[in-house]
Amino acid sequence: MSAILETRGLSAAYGPTQVLQSIDLAVEQGGIATLLGANGAGKTTTLRALCNMMVRLSGEVRFDGERIDGKATEDIVRRGIGHVPEGRGTFVSLSVEENLRLGAHTRRDKQVARDFERVYGYFPRLKERRNQQAGTLSGGEQQMLAISRALMLRPKLLLLDEPSFGLAPLVVQEIFHILRTINQQEGVSMLLVEQNANIALALAGRAYLLETGRIIMHGPSAVIGSDESVRRAYLGY
Amino acid sequence: MQAFLHQMLSGFATGGIYASIALALVMIYQTTHHVNFAQGEMATFSTYLAWQMIELGLPYWLAFLLTLLFAFILGAAIERIIVRPFYKAPVLSVVAVFIGLLLIINSLSGALFTYTIKPFASPFPSDAWYGSAYLSAHEVGMIFVTLVVLALVFAFFRYTPLGLAMRAVAENPVSSRLVGVRVGWMLALGWGLAGLIGAVAGTMTAPVVYLDPNMMFGVLLYGFAGALLGGIDNAWGAVLGGFIVGILQNLAGAYVVGTELMVTVALGIIVGILVIKPSGLFGRTIVTRV
Ligand SMILES: Nc1ncnc2c1ncn2[C@@H]1O[C@H](COP(=O)(O)OP(=O)(O)OP(=O)(O)O)[C@@H](O)[C@H]1O
Ligand SMILES: [Mg+2]
Repeated sequence: MSAILETRGLSAAYGPTQVLQSIDLAVEQGGIATLLGANGAGKTTTLRALCNMMVRLSGEVRFDGERIDGKATEDIVRRGIGHVPEGRGTFVSLSVEENLRLGAHTRRDKQVARDFERVYGYFPRLKERRNQQAGTLSGGEQQMLAISRALMLRPKLLLLDEPSFGLAPLVVQEIFHILRTINQQEGVSMLLVEQNANIALALAGRAYLLETGRIIMHGPSAVIGSDESVRRAYLGY
Repeated sequence: MQAFLHQMLSGFATGGIYASIALALVMIYQTTHHVNFAQGEMATFSTYLAWQMIELGLPYWLAFLLTLLFAFILGAAIERIIVRPFYKAPVLSVVAVFIGLLLIINSLSGALFTYTIKPFASPFPSDAWYGSAYLSAHEVGMIFVTLVVLALVFAFFRYTPLGLAMRAVAENPVSSRLVGVRVGWMLALGWGLAGLIGAVAGTMTAPVVYLDPNMMFGVLLYGFAGALLGGIDNAWGAVLGGFIVGILQNLAGAYVVGTELMVTVALGIIVGILVIKPSGLFGRTIVTRV
């Protein structure tokens, strides 16, 4: 299988501070890869570098066979990369429905109305709260909204930055179940950043381990998950 | 009683002008967090253009529409060319840029059109049926035009995808980029709209105060007072604030301080609000769970 996303020697810096050192990673077409690492390892920075936002980057990023490094964030998004950012990036003063409409901002096709029903189908709670100010949603609901907003783009690839962060285990399970459904039924590829290694390894086919800006290990999730040192460092057993 | 009503209504008419300027200031403030001190001079310059076109024999309303188009382009161009390089600059540099802009446009008006005051005809004939003892025909027309413009602007923000994208940029530019909104264009569009609204205020003010390069100075001050009163980050509040300031100013001028001290009223309002309630009467409260 070919890769939908591939980086070569991707490095990134905030001003003078170098954070990522020559990252090579790939997401298979229709696959799910996960990027694991401790606080401050550079996971969020990696996702930002892929979208060319807030960082200065060097190296190569290929999406769907074409170079996207150096392109403007808006243009990268328009090619079909839905980014569910750290902290969810909710438009708090706008309604739930307006948030979703913004997700479809770049689209001019007639399927947008159907996609509202599609995401409301995944997350019925959002439909109940469609006219509510998005800032009043619970953390779990805001995470659902962030995922739904990215889905309204009809992305080929979803970048997810710690979707489990701060949520109750049941809500995390619900969200990850839906992510799996989206991947299997719609063929959306995903790059999942997580600190919750257990649940991430269960969803993803491949895993990358990031430590202070470098990939220190990668391979099939099953292999990474059963590695003794990884289990001790990241899985806690 | 009749005199009082007259003062109220006439205050409402000027309040519409302040409301327009307040809205223009808020639109730029929301995206840049700076007050565009040159807003009034941009409006004056556009009004001179309307005057020039009318002098050349164009029908009033055609000149009016062309002026709005020009003001839109002028606003957008100023953002793209002059203001954009300073977004990451320290606050004081930006303030300096805005003040520089004010001086440049002001002198440009003076250099091109001279400093002698010019009469600017109202498109609403003084003997029109809608004039009365309470409101002159021009005041009625002015109220009508500003209300229509305000309504159109609000409809644009409320009901169009572009308006939604602009609200999104004002709230969260980073997230806006992530949904593919071209943030830079939206900023230019915001300046363009602000310029357009200012031009409406300018062309409606000129018949009342006569056209001269400094004619919008007072209006900018009152509009700013209105914006602060209503809440500088809240478009609805700012518009309401503009109307309130217009009415207060008129009543104060007629019954309390006399016309000479009216600008003091505006300054009093500004200082008072900054001291008592910096977020304004209707300052935005976003309900957020923490
Ligand atoms: N805007 C920024 N400016 C400067 N340095 C930053 C910025 N954002 C992050 N960093 C630094 O870059 C490094 C990596 O941060 P990053 O946010 O990518 O980590 P992370 O793996 O996402 O961590 P977490 O799990 O806590 O979210 C950290 O040392 C951080 O201090
Ligand atoms: Mg992070």
